[in-house]
This record gives sequence, C-alpha cells and structure tokens, in this order.
Amino acid sequence: MKIGVPREIHNNERRVAVTPEIVPSIMEMGFEVLVESGAGELANYTDSAYESAGATVLPSGTAVWESADAIVKVRAPEFNENGQYDEIDLLSAGQHLIAFLWPAQNPEVLQKLSEKGVSAISMDAVPRISRAQKLDALSSMANVAGYRAVVEAAQHFGRFFSGQITAAGRVPPAKIMIIGAGVAGLSAIGTATSLGAIVRAFDTRPEVKEQVESMGAEFLELDFEEEGSGAGGYAKVMSKEFIEAEMALFAEQAEEVDIIITTALIPGRPAPKLITEAMVRSMKTGSVIVDLAAEQGGNCELTQPDAAIGAHGVTIIGYTDLPSRLPSQSSQLYASNIRNFFEDLCPDKNGEIIVDMEDEVIRGATVVHNGEITWPPPQREPPPTPAQKPADQAMPSKTAAAEVVQEKKKFRIGPYAFGLALAAIVAVGLYAPASFLTHFTVFVLAIFVGWHVIWNVTPSLHTPLMSVTNAISGIIIVGALLEIGAVNPYVKALAAVSILIASVNIFGGFLVTQRMLRMFKK
Amino acid sequence: MFEGLINSLYIIASIFFILSLGGLSHQTSAVRGNILGILGMILAVCGTIAAKAVDSIGIIVAMMAVGGIFGVLVSMRVQMTAMPQLVAILHSLVGLAAVFVGFANYIEPLQEYEGVEKVVHEVEIFVGVLIGAITFTGSVAAFGKLQGVISSRPLMLPARHWLNLIIAIVCIWLGAEFLGSDHQSGVNVLLIMTLLAFVLGLHLVLAIGGADMPVVISMLNSYSGWAAAATGFMLENDLLILVGALVGSSGAILSYIMCRAMNRHFVSVILGGFGTTGGGAVESIEGSISEINVDEVAGLLSSSDSVVIVPGYGLAVAHAQHPVAELTRKLRDGGKQVRFAIHPVAGRMPGHMNVLLAEAKVPYDIVEEMDEINPDMPDTDIVMVIGANDIVNPSAQDTPDSPIAGMPVIEVWKAKHTIVLKRSMASGYAGVDNPLFYKENNRMFFGDAKESLDKLVAMVG
Repeated sequence: MKIGVPREIHNNERRVAVTPEIVPSIMEMGFEVLVESGAGELANYTDSAYESAGATVLPSGTAVWESADAIVKVRAPEFNENGQYDEIDLLSAGQHLIAFLWPAQNPEVLQKLSEKGVSAISMDAVPRISRAQKLDALSSMANVAGYRAVVEAAQHFGRFFSGQITAAGRVPPAKIMIIGAGVAGLSAIGTATSLGAIVRAFDTRPEVKEQVESMGAEFLELDFEEEGSGAGGYAKVMSKEFIEAEMALFAEQAEEVDIIITTALIPGRPAPKLITEAMVRSMKTGSVIVDLAAEQGGNCELTQPDAAIGAHGVTIIGYTDLPSRLPSQSSQLYASNIRNFFEDLCPDKNGEIIVDMEDEVIRGATVVHNGEITWPPPQREPPPTPAQKPADQAMPSKTAAAEVVQEKKKFRIGPYAFGLALAAIVAVGLYAPASFLTHFTVFVLAIFVGWHVIWNVTPSLHTPLMSVTNAISGIIIVGALLEIGAVNPYVKALAAVSILIASVNIFGGFLVTQRMLRMFKK
Repeated sequence: MFEGLINSLYIIASIFFILSLGGLSHQTSAVRGNILGILGMILAVCGTIAAKAVDSIGIIVAMMAVGGIFGVLVSMRVQMTAMPQLVAILHSLVGLAAVFVGFANYIEPLQEYEGVEKVVHEVEIFVGVLIGAITFTGSVAAFGKLQGVISSRPLMLPARHWLNLIIAIVCIWLGAEFLGSDHQSGVNVLLIMTLLAFVLGLHLVLAIGGADMPVVISMLNSYSGWAAAATGFMLENDLLILVGALVGSSGAILSYIMCRAMNRHFVSVILGGFGTTGGGAVESIEGSISEINVDEVAGLLSSSDSVVIVPGYGLAVAHAQHPVAELTRKLRDGGKQVRFAIHPVAGRMPGHMNVLLAEAKVPYDIVEEMDEINPDMPDTDIVMVIGANDIVNPSAQDTPDSPIAGMPVIEVWKAKHTIVLKRSMASGYAGVDNPLFYKENNRMFFGDAKESLDKLVAMVG
C-alpha cells in the first residue's frame, strides 16, 4: 500500500504529517511512502531528507492524492487556492484519509467524505484511554501549545522570568497564573518554572493537584467542594456558586500576577469566559495574557482569535496556531502518533490497512467507514474514571497503614502475653529442680539481651548479622568437645563429626562475614 | 581451680559475643564486632579443650583442621549472590551437630541424674534433637530452593496441614514414651523421632515459596539458636545457653521484621502455599504499557537530577550489581544525585541487596531504606526498578482486596518517571498484576538486567 503525504495548504500551517525520521519505520511495516515536493519545507524537512529516508518525492499534490492508497495529513482537506481544486475531490472510493477532521465542527466534510466512499480516521477522535495514549495527537499538540504559550508570553513580557540579585539591584521573579492543568497547562507550568517564574495553577479537577505540584507550581484551591471531572478525564460545566468562587479567585490573582495563561476547555462547548474585562483592567501595565482557548471563543472576554492585541496596557494573545509555530517539534510528535496508529492499523506488518471496527481505539477514531458515517461512535459503557476515586478511597487506608507501620516499628508484647510469660516463669520456678533454674536464669536474660541488641542492628547489615550468628552458633562445638572424652566409640565418633561440622560453621561464618563487612565502604 | 577459670573464660566469651552483635549496629563498628566474635570463640574453644578434653587433642585438631579448611574454602569462593544458600547450609550444619551431640549425650551422659532432674534432662535431650533435626532438613530444603536444585514453587501436598499436625502429635507421644524408657529402647525412640522430625522440617520448608525465603532463612536462623540453647541445657553449659538464646532471638526478630515488611502473619508464612492460592483476586488492569529503548533511557537519565534505583531479586539473579554500580558512579560523576531504595524483603534473605551493592562498591551512605526514601519520591526525577515487582506494586495501597493489600511498598509511582527493567511481563511472586507498569509515567525496559545495564552504562556519561 502507498501512503501519501501532501503539503499542508491551510494558511500559515507549517506542520507536516510524516517526518523523514519515521519513514523507515513505516516502510518496515510494508508500506511505500509518497511525499509531495516541499511538504516538509516549513518544518525544516527537505525533499532530499525524505528521499534518503526511502520515500518517493512527487512533484505535485494532485499526484500524491491520486496515487496513494492512504492520505496522511494534519489539517482536514480543503480548497486549494493555488491549484484551484478541492482536496476532497481528489479522493476516490476505497482510499483512506487520516487527519485532524474535527467531525463535530465539520459535518459537511464528513458528508463529502462519505459521498466519496472513503474511510476516514480523525486523529482528534482517538478515545482517551490509556492504551491509546501513544497515538493521542491532541495531547502531543497540547504539549507543544503549552510550551509555545510561555514562549509567546516571554516574547511580549518586558522582564525576566527568573528573579535575580544583580550588582545593579534586585529583579523580582515573574508571577504566572495558569488556568487549566490539562496537558497544555502542565506543559506551560513546566516551561514557566524552568525559566524561573513563580507559577500558580488552577483546575476544577482536584485530582490534578498532585501533578501540578510535582511540576513545581502552587495549586490554587477554592474553599468549595465540587467534583469537576467529567467523562474522559476532561473538565465539565460547574455550578453557578462554584463559578462565582472561581471568578473571585481569578480577580484576586489578576491584580497580583504578571502573566495569565488560560487553557480551559469543555468538550463540545464554547470556552468558558474566565477573565473579564475588569480583571484585565486590574492587571499591571505590561502584563500578558495568552489564551489557548481562542479558537473556541477564548477564556478572556477581550481575546481576538489569531491576533495579539493590546488592551488596558495588557497584551492579549489569541493565536490558534501555536503548535504550527513550533513546526519541527509538532511534526515530529504528530508523525510519531501517526506511526503508532499504523502499528495498530497494520498488525501483520504486511503493508495492508485493516480498519478493525471491533477495536475500541480504531472504532472511536474512524469517522467514515467505506463511505458510511460512523461518527459519533456508540457510547462506551462506563467512561474511564479519572484516577480520583480509587486514590480517594486509598487515602484513609494508606494513612492507616502508615500508622500501623509506625506503631509496629518496635515489637510490643501485649499485656496478656506478658502476663502469661511471667506465669510460665513462676511455674518453672515452682516445679523445676534448682540446678535447672540457674541455667534458666541465664537463658531468659540472654533472650532479653539479644532482643535489645538485635533491634539496634541496621537493616543493611542483616545479612552479615545472619552469617555472624551462624558462626557463633558454631559454639555447639563446645558441646561436642565435652562429649569427645567419652568411652563409647560411637559417642566419640558422633562428637568428632560434630566438631568437624561445627568448625565449618565457625571458620566459614566468621570469614564470610569479614569478607562482606570489608565491602561496606562509604 | 579449673572449674572457676573456665567459668570466667565463658563469661568473657559471652561478653565478646554480645559486643560482637552490638557492633553490627553500624557499618563502621561492624568489622570490630566480627573480630570480637572471633576472639570470643577462640576463648570458648581453647578454654573448653584445656579444661575438659586434653586427652583427645589429636582428634580435635584433626577434625577442626578438616572442617576449618572446608569452611575457609567455601567462604572465600562463595559469590555474594549466593549468600542465602551459604547461610542456609550453615544453618543445617548447626542443626545436624545438635542432633549428634544430643544422641551422644543420651548414650553417654556427662553425669548421672536421678528423679526430677533425670526427667528434665531427658526432656532437654528430646527437645534439642527435635529442633536440631527440623533445622537440619529445613535448611537443606531451603538451600535446595535457593540454589535452584528444587523448584521454588511451594509444594502443595493434599492435606499437608494434617500431615504436619500428625507428625507433631506423634512426636509428642514419642516424647512421652521416651521419658522413663530404658536406655536401648530410648535410643530407638529418639531415632524414630529424629527421622519424623527430618520429614517435618523438609515438608515445612518445601511448602513455602521462593520469595518467602527471607522469613524462612530468618526462622531457621532462630531455630539453630534454640537448638544450641537446648543443647546447652542438656549439657548444663551456660555459654551454649546464652549464645543459643542470642542467636534464637536474633533470628526471631529478623523473621518478625520480614513478616512485617510483607504485611503477613508469621504463621501464614510458615504454613506456606502463598502465591498459588492468592491468584484468585487478580484484577485486570485497563491500559497499555509503553516500552523504552536504551537510547531513550540514557536520554532520560541525562536530563534528570535525582535518580533512585530500586533493586530486587532479579538483580541478584542476573548478577547485575556491577553494571548498576558502574552506572551509579557515572551518574554521580555527572553531578546527579543517585540513591538506592531497599525494601526489607528485596532478595532472598534479609539485607541481601545491601551486600550485593556493597560488593560492587556502592557507597553504603547512598543505600537507603524504604521508610527513609518514600517521602522523597515526589521530588525524584527518575526511579529505575531493576528486577523487582511486588515491592513497588501500588495495589498494596490502592486495592483493598489485593493479596498484597497493606504490604508496605516503595512508592515509586509518585516520582516523575519510572523505568522498570524486567525480563517479561510475568507477574511477581504474589501472582498479582502490577498497575505500575500501565501508568502513564512508566516505561518498560525489557531484557536481561545485566545486558541492558551494560548497554546503558556504555551510553551514559
């Protein structure tokens, strides 16, 4: 089968769906790769790089569309202004198309694809389950967008991110608030903290707190109880009271922070308006807002999609093509997602694509199958519950376990057992002969001494402890020595053999302990 | 005068033995502790020979020379990965010596007893031989399992608990017969009991699976001590009693620590069978695993500041302690913080991992215990789990009905990334699937631990 990679024609789209690095691994699966000349140019991948990786470079886009069995793209097909043709018209029945199709927003594209009788896979419709993480292109792109958002903010922000004490005086660190700790938010947090900024993050889903803190940011919390996790690990719409509390928090933070990056999206709905004009006005002059939700209407009231505007002394960035502004990185990640998808589509590595509608991941991503619209996919029964529930339940048991460990740190004998032991000792005293009692005294005291001494042994020396106790239990040789003077030849022989084996213990045990202990070096 | 002198020597030897064990409380004083132990032994042996056994000096020297040479050879040649086997076989020798000395003493007592004292003496002989015999075959079975001569899977005979119980009851009955029987039939009864105890010891340990060996070894350590103590009662020798009690309580504490580390009851470990029946509650885990190759591991390591390595039995099996140490050295030279997290039951005997790492010259001050390192996990960039499974299983905390629920584990999943070196996806000893492998921030690095690490060492630094 031939896989075609046409040049992206969308305005300002710099990404390419397949990079030269992954061409060999696709070819290993038995496919041929056709690339339109100049497809990777804007992402810094030259035609010659594709050729040396084994792909065939074709001069025109139409040639790729018409001769490939499967077309791999970033953007959905659209009208080509230069060539005056619509990409969809170049498709024919039986072909496959893989791209970001956004089926919910583009029903007319689905309709046309279905009329053409093709099979289409939408990379944005991949179900969010752990098995499909390796082909989750949305996450890959969100990661890039989060990184780029910080870079854009830095570009428009007039100061350092990191605080410094210089000879010329002190530079305060930049304070950044990030709203929404999804993939993009976390990526932004990581980038901003590594530049030295003080980062605070907010999310309606309390379970992301740990992730936020692990990235080095402070997690902003409301004094409010409401679960914000919806299906598939995304956020859901919150109650009115919650939103009020949330807005109060943002208003308070807006006065203090220098940069706000918003990434709040709810699937299938316009982006929630979280930053009001009043908040923007309250921000310091020179502050920056980067709105990653601009395409869905923006989290800030003043955001204008695809533009960076100034308002009340604040720069508001509403670029919707952030991944495309880091084209090499985005292409590389997207191409890896594509390669991983091909591994699922072509399990036999024979160069044939099998759209297995029984496979949950493939079923979910397939929006048109042999000309039939298959989107939306049937609802899977329970949506993957976010890690919250089990973690919550585990909390009490975890702390309980910790307490048990603390408590058991040192062994304690219960009062009954202790009383029983005392009674046993008294009983022995009452009935046993006097000669026995002196030995019994030694025995009981030795157990106590041993008990106290051994608890102090450091766990890392437990093996040497065992070998040295092995050696000293060779003291049984004393018993054999006492018996060796016997007259009975059998007894003498038994004693002699005992001396021999106890000597193995004594010499072997002490020497191996010595050998081990000498290894412990600081 | 001799009686008094030998008692003084015994007291001094006892002090030396106690100081010897006390010395093991820290690495710096441990070598001195061992030397004190040797001194104590020399005093005890020389004192006894001088006082009691001057006439047989030829036999004694010959026997000690043969046994000593054998012991020296074994101790010099044994590999550190094979320490559990060595310890097990040394336990068996103590058990066997206790049996022999018991028989010898019954056939020809050091002095004549009358009345209650005779009964007490016979009980002492009987108990000493019984414990010695169980220790002997139990240790041999443990040795076989550790050496791989015997399958490490638990042996599940039908009605095995009943079998143990019947043997125990018969032994008690034989004990009653033994008291007051005349000399010749007494030897026969003792012999039958010894054979039964051999069977019991063998069967007890065969029913216990490989990964419970830390408990078994500690338990046998304890038994060998009690056997020595019982012999001491029999011979009315306080030094033997004291040393036996020291060793016995030492082994008991170790068994207790090991059981606590697995969150299991001593009794349930001893009754055996774990890892075969526990499989019923295995939950299926949703998700997929992500593999990682050696280049990517090297890349991850080079971009991180703090690394924690969690070794398990797999490290010992693959003899991978040296490449791990080499990797540690390189990473530390590169300015990274590298530490080791040791779970109490990692490996096949208490402290097994520490000895392996020490052999490979990993500085002991970067080798930490589970409780010390768990709070630092969220600040750790990468955790490398090498040949371990159950001890890093989050089910122990998250899944209340898991067979390992409640077992203290190293909380590696809290770190930013985890890399698991493993041969395959086979489940651990407890037969429980490990959700760690399916976590988003975990990568599987499949292959033989030593080969993988050798490759990695070549790439890093």
